[in-house]
Amino acid sequence: MSTMNMIEALNSAHQIVMERDDNVVTLGEDVGYFGGVFRVTAGLQKRFGKHRAFDTPIAESGIVGACVGMAAYGLRPVAEIQFADYIYPAIDQIVSEAARLRYRSSGDWPMPITIRSPYGGGIFGGQTHSQSPEALFAHVAGLKTVIPSTPYDAKGLLIAAIEDNDPVVFFEPKRIYNGPFEGFYDRPASPWSKHPASDVPEGYYAIPLGKAAVVRPGEAVTVLAYGTMVHVARATAEHLGVDAEVIDLRTIVPVDIETIEESVKKTGRCLVLHEATRTAGFGAELAALVQERCFYHLEAPVERVTGWDTPYPHSLEWAYFPGPVRLGLAFKKILEA
Amino acid sequence: MAQAAPEFPPPPDQRPDHGRPPEPTRHPAERTELLDFYRQMLLIRRFEERAGQLYGLGLIGGFCHLYIGQEAVAVGLQSALNGSLDSVITGYRDHGHMLAYGISPDVIMAELTGRAAGIAGGKGGSMHMFSVPHRFYGGHGIVGAQVSLGTGLAFAHKYRSDGGLCLSYFGDGAANQGQVYESFNMAELWGLPIIYAIENNQYAMGTSVNRASAEDQLYRRGESFRIPGLQVDGMDVLAVRGAATTALEWVRGGNGPIILELKTYRYRGHSMSDPAKYRSRDEVQAVREKSDPIERAKRDLEGLGLGEAELKAIDREIREAVAHAADFAEQSPEPDPAELYTDVLVGQD
Ligand SMILES: Cc1ncc(C[n+]2csc(CCOP(=O)(O)OP(=O)(O)O)c2C)c(N)n1
Ligand SMILES: [Mg+2]
Repeated sequence: MSTMNMIEALNSAHQIVMERDDNVVTLGEDVGYFGGVFRVTAGLQKRFGKHRAFDTPIAESGIVGACVGMAAYGLRPVAEIQFADYIYPAIDQIVSEAARLRYRSSGDWPMPITIRSPYGGGIFGGQTHSQSPEALFAHVAGLKTVIPSTPYDAKGLLIAAIEDNDPVVFFEPKRIYNGPFEGFYDRPASPWSKHPASDVPEGYYAIPLGKAAVVRPGEAVTVLAYGTMVHVARATAEHLGVDAEVIDLRTIVPVDIETIEESVKKTGRCLVLHEATRTAGFGAELAALVQERCFYHLEAPVERVTGWDTPYPHSLEWAYFPGPVRLGLAFKKILEA
Repeated sequence: MAQAAPEFPPPPDQRPDHGRPPEPTRHPAERTELLDFYRQMLLIRRFEERAGQLYGLGLIGGFCHLYIGQEAVAVGLQSALNGSLDSVITGYRDHGHMLAYGISPDVIMAELTGRAAGIAGGKGGSMHMFSVPHRFYGGHGIVGAQVSLGTGLAFAHKYRSDGGLCLSYFGDGAANQGQVYESFNMAELWGLPIIYAIENNQYAMGTSVNRASAEDQLYRRGESFRIPGLQVDGMDVLAVRGAATTALEWVRGGNGPIILELKTYRYRGHSMSDPAKYRSRDEVQAVREKSDPIERAKRDLEGLGLGEAELKAIDREIREAVAHAADFAEQSPEPDPAELYTDVLVGQD
């Protein structure tokens, strides 16, 4: 075991899979020589060579397109898209090629591609450096979408994603790379070293995709969250003394509906929390699933606490961010219903 | 009144060979004009230094890309434009382009600090600024996007037959985006009035141009589209201005697009958080000492008889303007939270 922040844990995952499987290559803008703008790929080029950890030009469409070709020929590429906001130039390659090639070749060509990308706000990035586009990818059949919330999970999930034979979009909540963020933006941030999930095995382990984790047991209401929002949910529940059961989905596609169902049937109340905009966000899918599965157990309508339906603002970031105040009001509403 | 249809060029195989633009010459230094360039470059330099300080103090958050070292490019190019006709568009390293346009430093700095009085109401920030009266179309955070958008602006100039052209800036890193080449093809095919200005400051974040570009002589990037290109010393404002004149004559003469590669250098990190491990201090220092665009203009001015006292007076005047902008940016209120919802869609404010 050693203490790792999320960046170190993700780096460790790369080191391990690249050591085990020389079909794994990692590429992206400033990924090789420089080790990634967030340092996730630091040291890989030195250790594995320029043919396995390398820089690309600024060309997201080309990067992902090339990964599709590599994967079709048996490699296992891991591409970094520097910020999730830059993934749109590659959407065509992700949707029309990576997600579909297996299906239209009747399984001849699996697509073992991992596309990693730092995502989410809380860093004053404005509209081109803060977005949470996970619902766009969740909507595409043929893709998996993973979002870790701790160093421990980040490593185990990334290893599983790289070893998975389907294309995986792996969003890393950059707000919590260095420490869990509980939504109280005016309080000093605490580092990962103070959090138990920074205890990370140095060796190999994989966390299966599609398995949620109950990170805080409770009886009164179920909170469904992922990424940064897991910490906001837990901290707010503790702060207000709400007996909330917080579920970290970890993978949104495939989603662990059994764990969700079991919890909601127990609590009778369900609140969905995400940073992305509200309309057609992943919370809408979760609300639909919950009412399909748990309708007769529900004692209140499913609540959604989300970002507003606006572009991510430069100023007013904390008015946008669905933090403890909005979550607290939603707790009150759902518990009194 | 219906407007006359714009003239589009015949298909490439039926076009007369329009040759190449002449080699540009250095703009003749004339005292008042050069003094004006000097003043603008110095304003950009001091403004950016101050922005860097405000960032350090936590008054500016998030991303902030300084233009220090590249001043001669925006000042030299924009001085040649017709401000009431031509349009300009650029990437996220945009403070200098706005200042070179004569936009008030106050509203630019207030945008950096995210205040309501900022030029985008505090909603855009450093990378996303616009000015309708100055025909400045942004300020774009997505690398390469402005090249296609600029191509559309050029189409609109042609459609309206308004005699204007678009100046579309992008970096050496952006020059590797696919949409740049889609745009080049359309611009030449349709004979659009556009200057593609590649600011080659030799780095795209931590990647030097020759580590990312198969053809690192970027002025040649238009060759397979039949777009001529010129390589220009971007550290000499008069050389830039001279090249701008040549490019404008080419485009206004109905010859379609042109590429200018401006060889320049950024002194600071890519943005405020840049460990700068990809180049040595010595490299940066050598450029500062040998090719600084402001020092160069100063020497030229001294050659034209400008005295120490006049230079000092300019320096003072600019320091005051920048101090004023910083105070304004610090004291203006934050936007009202209700502003979060405005301008998402028309008619829903
Ligand atoms: C589509 C997209 N990909 C990546 C980025 C991240 N990024 C921002 S600036 C930059 C480097 C651009 O370099 P260059 O075009 O040379 O401009 P410079 O910063 O040197 O002015 C990168 C990779 C982005 N903003 N948008
Ligand atoms: Mg550059």
